Amino acid sequence: MLLLDCPFCGVRPEIEFACGGRSHVQRPGPPEQVSDEQWSAYLFFQPNPKGLLRERWRHVVGCGLWFNVERDTVTHAVTQVYEMGAAPAETTP
Amino acid sequence: MSRLAQGGRIDRSKKLRFTFDGRAFTGFAGDTLASALLANDEHLVARSFKLHRPRGIVGFGADEPNALVTVGKGAYATPNLRATQVTLTDGLEAFSQNRFPSLQFDLQAVLGLFQRFLPAGFYYKAFFLPSWKFYEGMIRRTAGLGRAPTEPDPDRYAHRHAHCDVLVVGAGPAGLQAARSAAQSGARVMLVDERDELGGDSAFHGGRIEDRPAPFYLHDMAAQLAALPNVRVLPRTTAFGYYDHNLVTLAERCSGGELAQRIWYVRAKQVVLATGAIERPLVFPNNDRPGIMLAGAARAYLQRHAVLVGQRPVVFTNNDSAYETAFDLAAAGAKPIVVDVRSHPDTQLQTGCARRGIELIPGATIADTGGRMRVDRIEIVPHDNSRRRRVACDAVLMAGGWAPVVHLFSQSGGKLRFDEVQSCFRPALPVQAVIVAGAANGAFDLATCFAEGARAGVEASRRAGHDAVVIAPPQVADEAGLRIEPHWRVPDALARGKQWVDFQNDVTSADIELAARESFCSVELLKRYTTTGMATDQGKTSNVNALALLANAVGKAIPDVGTTTFRPPYTPVTFGAIAGTARGDLFRPRKYLPAHAAHVKLGAHFEDFGGWQRPEFYLRAGETQEVAIAREWRAVRNGVGLFDGSPLGKIEVCGPDAGIFLDRMYLGSASSLQPGKLRYGLMLNEHGTVIDDGVFARLTPTRFLVSPTSGMALAISARFEDWLQCEWPELKVAVCDLTTAWATIAIAGPSARDLLQRAGTDIDLAPDVFGHMQLREGTVAGMKARVQRVSFTGEVQYEVSVAWSSGAALWEALFAAGEAFGVAPIGIETWLRLRIEKGYIHIGSDTDGTTIPADLGFAVPAKKQSDFVGRRSLTRPDALRADRFRLVGFESIDPERALPVGAHVLPAGCKKPPALLDGRITSSCVSPVLHRSIGLGLLKGGLDRRGEIVTLFYEHNTLSARVVDPVFYDTQGARLHG
Repeated sequence: MLLLDCPFCGVRPEIEFACGGRSHVQRPGPPEQVSDEQWSAYLFFQPNPKGLLRERWRHVVGCGLWFNVERDTVTHAVTQVYEMGAAPAETTP
Repeated sequence: MSRLAQGGRIDRSKKLRFTFDGRAFTGFAGDTLASALLANDEHLVARSFKLHRPRGIVGFGADEPNALVTVGKGAYATPNLRATQVTLTDGLEAFSQNRFPSLQFDLQAVLGLFQRFLPAGFYYKAFFLPSWKFYEGMIRRTAGLGRAPTEPDPDRYAHRHAHCDVLVVGAGPAGLQAARSAAQSGARVMLVDERDELGGDSAFHGGRIEDRPAPFYLHDMAAQLAALPNVRVLPRTTAFGYYDHNLVTLAERCSGGELAQRIWYVRAKQVVLATGAIERPLVFPNNDRPGIMLAGAARAYLQRHAVLVGQRPVVFTNNDSAYETAFDLAAAGAKPIVVDVRSHPDTQLQTGCARRGIELIPGATIADTGGRMRVDRIEIVPHDNSRRRRVACDAVLMAGGWAPVVHLFSQSGGKLRFDEVQSCFRPALPVQAVIVAGAANGAFDLATCFAEGARAGVEASRRAGHDAVVIAPPQVADEAGLRIEPHWRVPDALARGKQWVDFQNDVTSADIELAARESFCSVELLKRYTTTGMATDQGKTSNVNALALLANAVGKAIPDVGTTTFRPPYTPVTFGAIAGTARGDLFRPRKYLPAHAAHVKLGAHFEDFGGWQRPEFYLRAGETQEVAIAREWRAVRNGVGLFDGSPLGKIEVCGPDAGIFLDRMYLGSASSLQPGKLRYGLMLNEHGTVIDDGVFARLTPTRFLVSPTSGMALAISARFEDWLQCEWPELKVAVCDLTTAWATIAIAGPSARDLLQRAGTDIDLAPDVFGHMQLREGTVAGMKARVQRVSFTGEVQYEVSVAWSSGAALWEALFAAGEAFGVAPIGIETWLRLRIEKGYIHIGSDTDGTTIPADLGFAVPAKKQSDFVGRRSLTRPDALRADRFRLVGFESIDPERALPVGAHVLPAGCKKPPALLDGRITSSCVSPVLHRSIGLGLLKGGLDRRGEIVTLFYEHNTLSARVVDPVFYDTQGARLHG
């Protein structure tokens, strides 16, 4: 069970959080200009990297806020945590 | 009796009586069930899993593969406990398992005669005609472990969370020294060990530490640690799981008190694993008879429990560690023989044997053993097969080397490497904050164990932020290494009989070699095909031997074969402990309606709906469920009913951009809605799938009240937050879930308006003033209230919401006002059936993960101003297909017979499956008002097939139904707007 450092509440165990999947995903748009192929790629093709992954987490039973976590999918080491809307720092894997 | 008059650490003044399979025995305080059985010369304690071969005690602790017993009777019975880890108590009742009718005479042992017809994978080869199911019952009865008790577990269990700087697992020399070093730095330390007695295997050695007998020195060390304020020592506690970010789970077997067991969740800054090593058996013909055990175990029974496992034991070894056992046995009065596979054992050991009168046979192996219920002879053969010799004996003690207990290290993600010199897997690369020390790290002598422990304790406390100084480890005599020579099995030319590798699963060396010949060369496939390393012991004694034999068979080196994945738990954990207090009423919090007491008085039958205890229907004296539902049904259609809808979601969405926000969240415009009006909307996900429906009311220009489906309120408000925080942070909107701030009672039926009027309200209820899909605020029965006109029943319906704390008062007031109109309380089952007559869908029942709005008859507005979630997916080619599953009504040809929910529609012309799914029934009822059997469902092509008679298939029966419009009652909506 992971320990996550909520930027607003501090370090808490994973059971207090919900994971929302990959962050920084750009939704193609506006809708009338998006081809079926582009939209399908957005909906159905998700990268599943072995290594660093940036994902969204919400502190459900704490502050209720979403934030970003950068995590190694092999070791589960958390390399950085940053607020929603902020840009991540560069990390060398 | 095999109990010695002196020695051991047992209390001879405390006699304990116990029974095994109903026969009475005695033991002493300090015994385990295994040591007490051995003291009584009970070697036959189990029958093997598949072949029912007689089996005896092999090990001393968690490694035991054979001696699985059921302890206790009835509800208190616990199956599959290792006798080696059951502390003996007075009056204990233990039972052997997997035997019929008795251990001594097991009818199924006849299977052993057919053993050569039951090779690896024989289930897959033999039992496929007519089908596996045909044989499964018989095989599962024959092969098996203990029976789970059928009554609820009366024992109590608890869970506890703990944090520490350094968690030390294992209290042998390395663990004790690590804890001592860490503790003197001031770090918060936890030291846990699965045994009653701390000190590890070294407590069974005859050696000396700092010139004192090893056990006494180690016990003092443990006692001094336990007295420190910053150290918590937990004996009888098994660390069984190592999870991410240094979370380690412990199972503590409590002694005395009210609790049977306690599960600990320990979050440690640093972990020191000093989990020791498990001795490996040697693989030789018929090495599974009772009386054949591990050498280290025999020594432990002698030193700890004063039990001499044999008068004429044969010690069979490939390394130095077994000689101490032979010497200790000789000192205790036995006449041991040593068979060493090595041709030239160390001269000191040779002299040691000679001085004690122990016969040493080097350069030989064991070709066979004999003895039905206990080993009574062996056949010794030199490697060159020059001469065979039979020797009578009463025990064979195997010493095949040591396997570090790397289970927790592996669970933590750490990588292993194979040590050729000691022929064992050792920890190599850690991934988490963990240090391994002592025998678990491949250090098999006392001095290195102490030194590694000291270093680990200092390093762990330093990393946890505490300064530690290295304290000199205790002085001990130097020991040589194991000088091990691998002997993975006896060559075929010498062997007579099957050579057992995994005792618990009846796997032989031939099975492993057969699997390799059949191309099951990967270690993971080998495990599943032969079952080696499976079941309760997870191959603690057998895994390395199996790997080595596989490596030999496929001509690879052992490290190239690799190991199987180690998974929690290290030893089995009883379900009661895992559940803890989360059982019965405490399984999860129950939520009650504000008028719960009134519902109880009215005869409500309660059911759990999304965590809420809700009346399903209200029974009057003499009524059945169906009679009660029909009565409630007619009350709503002909008079008036009251329905407690308090769990209905109530989410307030406020702010200048609230309308724009809801436009984007729902199919259905919010920003064009006038204050005081309601609108129905569908919520979609990005795939265009309908995930919820709901009604939103505009309270003021900047304030909306959204009512999602009951039970979805939390999920929907979380979804609002998700999009607001992550996608549209520029929108000025605040979301607040007020579901449990407001109690809601629905009044439905032709007399609904009269009832509400009589209850007293300052709201003008005239239908031309307060119409359908409108909201008013005012007072009802003297309470501040919001009243919405919405309908899930098709009748005139008012939903009155007041403060949650006034919910019971509102129910009483409305019920009293309704008596003049013959009001009936309505349960949720009736409520959900009433809506079927109107074709109102229930998301999740009448829809699935593919249903889009068009399937439900909702057109997408071509010119809706803003984009909304899921919109782009509604024009994907798949969404435009004509043969999609779309909502229709069904009417049974037989009006008395209900359409079974889940029944499949067979394609035209098909009378019997297999067939492609053409549709299915999703909701159904036999209406006592319409006297018709109706239903809703999804059908390929939808209402284009109106009027068609289709064949439904359900549980091997067929019935016919007509495809109709999904509105059966008041099709024009006159009653709704009345």
